[in-house]
Formats: sequence, structure tokens, C-alpha cells
Amino acid sequence: MVYRILLMPKAGADEGRSIALQRAFATLGLSHLPPVVVDDLYFLEADLPAGDIASLARTALLDPVVQTLAVEEAGTGDEAATGVIEVTYLPGVTDSVAENLLAVAHSLGYQGVRQAASGRRFRFQGEVAESHLQAIARGLLANSTVQQYAVNRPIDPPFLVPQAGNGGRPRVAIIPIRELDDRQLHALSRERRLSLDLQEMQAIQNWYRHEGRDPTDVELETLAQTWSEHCVHKTFRALIDYREEPGDVAGDQGVALEIDGLLKTFIRAATEKVDKAWVQSAFVDNAGIIRFDDSYDLAFKVETHNHPSALEPFGGANTGVGGVIRDILGVSARPIANTDVLCFGPENLPEEKLPAGVLHPRRIAEGVIHGIEDYGNKMGIPTVNGAVHYHPGYTANPLVYCGCLGILPRGSHRPLHNARAGDLIVAIGGRTGRDGLRGATFSSMEMDHTTGEIASTAVQIGNPIVEKQVMEVILRARDAGLYTAITDCGAGGFSSAIGEMGRHVGARVRLDQAPLKYPGLRPWEIWLSEAQERMILAIPPHHWPAFRQLCRDHDVEACVLGEFDGSHRLRVDYGDTTVADLDMTFLHEGVPRRRLDAVWSPTRHPEPEHLLVSPPDDPSELVLRVLAHANVRSRADIVHRYDHEVQGGTVVKPLAGAAQRGPNDAAVLIPQPCQRQSGRPQAAAALAVGINPRYGFIDPYAMAWACVDEALRNVVAVGADPDRVALLDNFCWGNPALPDRLGSLVRCARGCHDAALAYEAPFISGKDSLNNEYLGEDGAKHAIPGTLLISAVGIVPDLECTASADLKQAGDYLYLLGETHAELGGSVYYDLCGEIGASVPRPYPQALPRLRALHRAIRAGLVRACHDLSDGGLAVAVAEMCLAGELGAEIDLDLLPAGEELPAAAALFSESLGRFLIEVRPQAAGRFETLLSSQPCRRIGTVLAESHLRVLDAGRPLFSLPLCDMYRAYESS
Amino acid sequence: MKPPVAILHAPGTNRDLDIALALEVAGAAPEIVHINRLLACERRLSDYAMLVIPGGFSYGDDLGAGKLWAVRLRHDLGAQIDAFARSGKPILGICNGFQVLVKTGLLPDPAAGVQSLTLTRNTSARFECRWVYLEPNRQNPSPWLRGLERIFCPVAHGEGNFQVDEAGTLQRLQRNHQIAFTYVDSGGQPGPYPVNPNGSVADIAGITDPQGHILGLMPHPENHILPHQHPGFHRSCRLGSGLRLFQNGVAMIR
Repeated sequence: MVYRILLMPKAGADEGRSIALQRAFATLGLSHLPPVVVDDLYFLEADLPAGDIASLARTALLDPVVQTLAVEEAGTGDEAATGVIEVTYLPGVTDSVAENLLAVAHSLGYQGVRQAASGRRFRFQGEVAESHLQAIARGLLANSTVQQYAVNRPIDPPFLVPQAGNGGRPRVAIIPIRELDDRQLHALSRERRLSLDLQEMQAIQNWYRHEGRDPTDVELETLAQTWSEHCVHKTFRALIDYREEPGDVAGDQGVALEIDGLLKTFIRAATEKVDKAWVQSAFVDNAGIIRFDDSYDLAFKVETHNHPSALEPFGGANTGVGGVIRDILGVSARPIANTDVLCFGPENLPEEKLPAGVLHPRRIAEGVIHGIEDYGNKMGIPTVNGAVHYHPGYTANPLVYCGCLGILPRGSHRPLHNARAGDLIVAIGGRTGRDGLRGATFSSMEMDHTTGEIASTAVQIGNPIVEKQVMEVILRARDAGLYTAITDCGAGGFSSAIGEMGRHVGARVRLDQAPLKYPGLRPWEIWLSEAQERMILAIPPHHWPAFRQLCRDHDVEACVLGEFDGSHRLRVDYGDTTVADLDMTFLHEGVPRRRLDAVWSPTRHPEPEHLLVSPPDDPSELVLRVLAHANVRSRADIVHRYDHEVQGGTVVKPLAGAAQRGPNDAAVLIPQPCQRQSGRPQAAAALAVGINPRYGFIDPYAMAWACVDEALRNVVAVGADPDRVALLDNFCWGNPALPDRLGSLVRCARGCHDAALAYEAPFISGKDSLNNEYLGEDGAKHAIPGTLLISAVGIVPDLECTASADLKQAGDYLYLLGETHAELGGSVYYDLCGEIGASVPRPYPQALPRLRALHRAIRAGLVRACHDLSDGGLAVAVAEMCLAGELGAEIDLDLLPAGEELPAAAALFSESLGRFLIEVRPQAAGRFETLLSSQPCRRIGTVLAESHLRVLDAGRPLFSLPLCDMYRAYESS
Repeated sequence: MKPPVAILHAPGTNRDLDIALALEVAGAAPEIVHINRLLACERRLSDYAMLVIPGGFSYGDDLGAGKLWAVRLRHDLGAQIDAFARSGKPILGICNGFQVLVKTGLLPDPAAGVQSLTLTRNTSARFECRWVYLEPNRQNPSPWLRGLERIFCPVAHGEGNFQVDEAGTLQRLQRNHQIAFTYVDSGGQPGPYPVNPNGSVADIAGITDPQGHILGLMPHPENHILPHQHPGFHRSCRLGSGLRLFQNGVAMIR
């Protein structure tokens, strides 16, 4: 018997959700709809009378204060319902609500309950055309990738939808490869979605010819995974023939280079040349590790989850956060902060401009932010820093960068390659299902499937509570010394995690031991599944009983999948059958090196000089428009959805000031294990990011410098020591097989290298996400803007010597540190006027002495507020400081340190690097000026008690803006 | 000797360490006790002088905020919990813990033992993490509130909207002086969102049982016990610490 359980809000309850939905309907162009009520819908399959189901529902589900309950047998309900949409998950999609409901039913003694599912019912309180209901269901309520919906009829629970592929005995297939010609090799790669090129397929063919047999499907998939761009970074390790076409500068002959790997030549090389003793681990483990204090280290990692977020924004971002947290757990660290940087298409994009098959940017943004909120908040990790950037180039391909910072006692980590022969291979956490298998591979199976089922395997839904419990187990196991090596299951699932961990010893795996979500998985599906919340540990047999007990204590599932065995082979068995037997050396070193062509030819955008000479509007009006720009305006709405206070360590918070209405440059955190320390100085960690893809349209080299400069500026502004800052690089680019895409990537990587040397800041970890291109219906390729994210983690030597961005007191002086040039190429101001321009902010190689001088002033307690100048230039910086502090200011544009005569628009909106606006008490001005005497640093104004921003030019009033107008612009949406 | 305090932990609990720090600073000896250890009889509630149910997302809040944890406590540990409540030892539930106390029926009155109020979805229909002011009800004689000044601390929840089943319930809470905290602005006056961050009736942020031993509240005073946790740390703002609340709790068991 299948029962439907409905929990319906009582009259007046849950109106907030109804109002929020009405707002969302309006974005679909559907206003004036009748009110909608949202019911929670559950399905139970049980051999129990309806009375028992009702009593179970009353005990386990009902909130009697605000809900009423109805239980009905499926198929007997109100068939002729109107104005009703019902939504449930598709079969195979993680439904933790259903899992919990099933578990509690059993623990309450309702053993007759066999299956459960959850869903929602949306009831309109009046007539709505069926076509509108369909549009709402498709456009807002159900994502066909993971959900199904029904309009004006009861929906079937997912467990009643026939499941494909669950019949018959799981088996392994042999793929004949030895006799294939080149065309057939290519076809095999394409059909199985191996993403291997001909050269790589030939290498595999040769190996099997030498072995005298053909590969199994498990082996072929393992090789494809291990040799994938994601796992071995073929592009960043490739040999590249690089050319730069001559630029505008007289005498520029262009450049021609052979690059022996981007990673080695530019990124790692920078780390080695900078050579900081406090770098504990760079580029070798799941995350970069630096020294924090005498006892602890910090681990930092940033990942991307772009493609999944485009398909299923909530699930994609959700599992993106979950994945990067596992990277931190994979270096035995306790996660203490999350960061997120998001790039979306324009929120107001007209529907007719949306490419077919693409979700609207508004929907993507809402889902992504909700996904980040859900995972971070539930894990109890504060989300403290990030950025949101809008550009039409991200419409079909949003970017979701998820970062996580962790802390670990020095020496407590047992790295990935530490596994020893004899150790058990132990998997813990979530169960294995078809999650994250490639849709097309799935479709190659001979079975009765639906489109939804194919796609539902490509996208994963997270379960943060499972990961939370995995974390509790890992940290305790670490402290008890129960494991010898640890890594997470990410891309490639078991195959990557175990293959990599056993690389130097060899592993023997018994796949049939893996706990499964549902029966019927084939061996290669178990082996390759990217199901979430799983970790692999190497555990010496004598520690297994203690480890197993620890897992039981925390409701975490653990199983022994095999052992590391000293064979230097990867052998995988399923029952009596050996389904893979690969040589570790071939698996990890057999991939042929790629040779790629790259060309960078500068795109020349005209410099719109008229915008400086005769701006299109009053300067005060322009300031308001810049403050309201999508890439500048307040992020408070998002910040309040993230728990940024849990763990109690957030000292410099995302929002600054009396009313917390302005942004801080970076977050400062005291890691929880260090909060018990007393006495001074107390050290802290600062986190910040730098991103500006608009500069990349002009020159990716300059963009790289700007990103590094911004990340450094941000952490130093809050009090980090510029000589204790480590960087992470995350490149999101188009198809590297196209020489122009790769050319701009190379030029950007060169910029990263040169900037890291200038700032003496090592890269400790990085990741690239390539092939961010979208093939439109028109057949044209939509590539994203080449986007570099630089994330910085800095050590704050003394918590008492930190600075926030809000103005503190009328009468204080305002200093501008750093020279302003007419550098508006790629600026917010030009963007507002529909221009890109050419005068991109230039690299500033002498930045480090400036950062050190500023840091000395902060350490001396002379800086009351500090804010860096970035998007929108001086105008935005001074406005944000006023808004955060609820105080006015007066500045004179004629006083700016500048190498040249600047028109007012340039002084206000130029985005030159290396600049800070600093509030200093009059009594401290002398000492401050002395400490900054080697730098271009001038007093340009004063903090005012009255609520106005007054801007002068050589003493003459240029304009005066009331704070209330600035709030209105800045907080508009 | 420092009095022992049990901080309960269920899968998804996440502010247990935050409360542990607050209780340590206040002079107690907190121990985080996984619910499985109680179920396995490795620990008994009666061994502790105070019970704390902390914030988080127990069991993912999958069947409603705090619901599943409340079901498990009531069903599997009901006798221990009721005995603890009857003994008059203090019980504190914060955020998810407040939701649990309400859904087990320990609040508003353990003697009644039924759910007559709830913490439902915020009227903004969103998770809200923001700093709020809590005005202690000076007519509430509970030792939890002794000498308390206005507290400034964050809320962090999606379901903190305090609602009652009928008007009589609210009147009883008011008549019995069971309201512990209300949301106010910096000047102590009530106000609309975001002063009241979730739409709670009568701006109620927390209540006690009629005897004043059991306190439940949505906001997180445990996240404001040290000066640098104040959002106005850089503006030399030092008022509004939540530490006194925990010191009051420790005073009750010393």
C-alpha cells in the first residue's frame, strides 16, 4: 500500500513563503496570481493500516501548532484537483528526508514501512491557467535534472517509477581495443565519453597489445578517469609552443617560447623562487598547508563546480562546498571557514536572449546561493568571504568557486602517499550509487531509460549531515593516530582515491564490499561513482576495531574495501571475477604528454577618452550609478543568508561598521582550537580574494597582477603581515585546444608568476577548470571570459592590531596611499558607459615595500579604518567607508598622489593598483606620515559628522551627496 | 570542583564547541555527550548538573526543525529527560535546542508535556544570520536571568519564528512571566524586521518554564562572550556580552 501524507499550513501560517513565491512568479512575467500555499508531501509504502500511518505522521512529522495532517491512500485522492503542482525527486536522487523518515519509522516500531519519499505540493487559492502552472513548474519549482512534477494530478513517488538497470546480475564487459584502427579508437573514446585523444587511446592500445589481452570496462574507465584533465591537468603539464603577437609598444617584436608545462614553469617555479620557510606543503596534497603559530598549521583549498551548477544550481553548488570541505578533511584539518566566489549572467537578462536549454541567471544565482548556504550552515562552518561578479559571458556557464580553510596540529596529518603495504583500504561516509556517472556513458547501456534518469546520474545532491559526522570521525581518528593515509573521494570516486593512494604500493580491492544505495550497480559504476560524502583511509589492521567503533559511535558507515598489498598493481575484484588488473606505473605515468599551440594577440578596444573629458552625467549622479552597479552594490542580502558567526571566531566580519552596512576587505578569524589561549599577541588568519575578469578582455597578464594585488591589498588592509601571505590560483578558461584560448591562459599564468615574485607570495595550491564553453543551438561556441581567481590566506600577528573599513570618528584625517593614474580600462565606470577601453591598471612591481609600510602603521595602532581601492575606484572606497561608519567625509581630488594631471572622472573612478584609503586620528598623523614617508601618501580629506560625502577639486566644491541617497543606490537590487 | 555539564550532540549539531567554550569561561566543566552514548547507557543524564541542547541542524532538520531529535529524546530517553527536568536541574536549549525543548513539550511547561508553541519558518522565508539585541524580562524571576543586561548576539536560523497554538497560551506565558527575552533595537524598543528577525509573536526570543529552570532561546549568546566577537570591536564597543547568562547557569549548579 502506498500512502500520501500531507502536512498543510494552518491559515495564516507560512505566509512568508507564499509572498516569496509570488515575487518569484513575477520574475516569470506572471503577476496577479492568486495566493499559493505550500504543503509538505510524503509517501510511504507500508503494510500497515491508514491509522498507523496517521499516528506515525503525527509523532514524526506534524507540527500541530502550525500544520494540519491528511493521510490518504495513493490513487484515492482528489483526482480533479485544479491549481495544483506536485514535485518530487527523480529515482536515484539523494533524498535525505526520505532516508530519515524511514529510519525514524523503524525506530518507532513501524517495521512495516518499506519505502519513503518526500515532495512538495503547491496549491493555488484560485484559478490559474494550466499553461501558467506548467510554466511555473518548469521555470521555478522543478528542475528536470533531478526532479519531476505533475500539474493538477497526484504525482507518483519516485520509488514507483520503474528503475533502469537494476535487473540481472552485475557483470563486466571486455572492450576489444587491440584490433581497432585510429578512426575506431577515436569513436570508442567518443562513445564512452572517455575524453581521451587519439594519442592517448593509442598508448592504451599499445599497452594491451603488449599484455596480450583487451581491457575490461572497469580498466578503460579507470584509465580515462586517471588520465582526465581534472585529475592530471594535461593542459597545465603540456609542452606548449607559445607566441605573442607584437603589441602597440614601439620596438615590440613579439614573443616565441617553448613552455615546459605551465604549472612547472610559472606556478611552482614562483613558489620555489619565493622559497618561504613557513610553507609546509604546496601542490602535493589535497590542499596547501602553511604554518599558523608554534603549534598549528592552516590548510587552504579552492575548487570549482561550474558545470554541475549550470545544470542543477542548488545541487551543484551544494556538492561543490561539500567537495572542498572534503579536501580539507583530506589533509586531516578541521574546517574553520568557507569562501565563495560566484560569476553569473546578468540578473535582468531578457528571456528572449537566454540560449536554449540554459537556466535563467536569476534562477542559477538563487539556487547556487541556496546550495552554499545549505551546506556551509549545516556543517557549522562560517562562510566569511567571497565575491559575486555579473557578466553576460557567464550566462550559459556560471562559475562557482568554493573555498575552505582548515586548521590542524602540526605533524598530525598522514598524507595521501603514506599508505603502507598491509594497511586496510577503508571507505567511510555516504553510500555508493549512480551519482555523478557520466550521462552519456549511462545511455550506452542497453535498457529502458528516461532522459531524466540519465541526467540524474550526472548531478549529485549533497547530504551535509553525513559529511558532518564523517568530520567528527576523522578528527578523532587523527588525534588517536588510527590511520596512516587519508584522501577524499572526488572526481573518479574510488578509482581515483584508491588508485592514487596505492600508487607507490599497490592495492587489491573487493568491490562487492562497498555499501550501495540500491542494488544493480555494475562493477565499473561502483568503481567510478562520484557519490558524495565519502573518504578513503589506510588503516593498519590492529587499529580497525577501534576505528570501526568510532564510526559506530557517530552513526557513520565504514567498510573494508581491500588492502594495500605491495604488488605495485591495482587489482579490483568483484565476487570471483577480477575486473581490473593494472600496472600502477602505467596507470599513473603512461599518459602521453600533450603538445599544444598557443597564441596571444592583443584585442584592441578603443580608449573612450571623451568619458573622462566630458562625462555623460553629473559626477554625483555617476557616483550613485557606480554604487548601484551589479558588481559593486551591497551583498548584505547574501551575507545574511550565510552563517558567518558559528565557531565564534569571526573577528573582522563580512559586514563592517555600526550598522554593518558596508563591506570589509577580508575576514579575520581566530581558529576555534586557539580561542582558549589567553594573553597577547593572539594570532589570527585573514582570508580574501582578488578577481576581475574585465581586465582580462584587455590583457590577461595585467589581470593576473591586478588579482594578486587585490588579494594582497585585502588581507593587508585588515592587518595581515604581507610577508606571511600565501596564494591560491584558480583558472577558469575555455577550450585549451584552441590556440587563442590557450594563448590568453599562458599570458595570465605568466602574470601570476611575475606578480607572485614581486609580492614574494608563494602559491600553495591551485586548480584549473577548462573547457568552459557552451555550444549553443546556433552551433556557435559560447566561451566564458577567461577568469582568474586569486585567493589569499594571511597571518595576522596580533588580533588587537586589525582594522575594519568603517569610518570611526568625525574629525579624523583621511589619507590616500598609492598613486592614481588614468587607468580605467576594464573599470566599472567604463562598463557603465558600455565601454571596455584600453588603459588597464598597470602592474606595480614596488608594491611590497608599500604593503610593509602600511602593515607597520597598523601594527603601531595608528590606523583606525582602512579600505582598499578596487572596483569603482576612490568613489566607491570612500562611499563604502561612509556607509559602513554612518559618517560623512570630505575629500579633495586635487590632493591625490598622482603622476599626472587627472580629470575628475579619472580621479574618482580610476582603478589603479596598490591604493588604500586610511583613517587616522589627528594626534597620530605625524607618526603615521613618518612611517609612510617613503610612499606616495597624502592627506586628502577629513571625516565629517554630517551625513554627506563632499567632494572638492582644488578647494572648489564639485558635488555633495547625502548618505541616504548613497544607501539607496548601494542597497538597491 | 567545576560542576559537570552535559552538552548533547546529535548528528548535525554544530554549536556544541561554541557553548563548551562559553561554559568553560563561565567556570563549568562541560562534556560533549553524543546521544548514542546515552542510548548505549555509557553515560546517564543524572551524572550531570546541567543539560544543554545546542544549536545546529540535528538530523538535517529533515522532518522539521528539531523534530527528529525531539522524537528520539522523547521516545528513547523520555524517562531520563523527564527525571532530569523534575529534579529541578537547569536545562538550556539554544536555537535547534530551543526547537527541541518546544517539540518535546519540556517548554513551556514540562508538567503539561505537550507541544503548545513552535518555532516555524522566518517570515522572510530565509535563513537569517544577523546581530540582534535581547531585552531580558525583568519580571521573570528565573535564576538564568539574574542581573542580566541587554544582550547583543547573533541569530542564525531559518526557523525561529515563535508562534503559539492559541491566544490563551501567549496570555499564560505573559501572566506567568515566562517570557525570558524579547527582540529590541539598540535603544531597547521593539521594532519591525530586522529588529525582530523572524516574525516572532510579541517579539519573543526566549522563554523559561514556570519554575525558571528550563530556558530556551533562538539567538546565540555563546557567540558573544569575548570582546573581539562584538561586531563593534574596532569601534571600541564592549557592551552586550552573553557571558553573564552562562555564569548565571553555573551559579545555579555550584
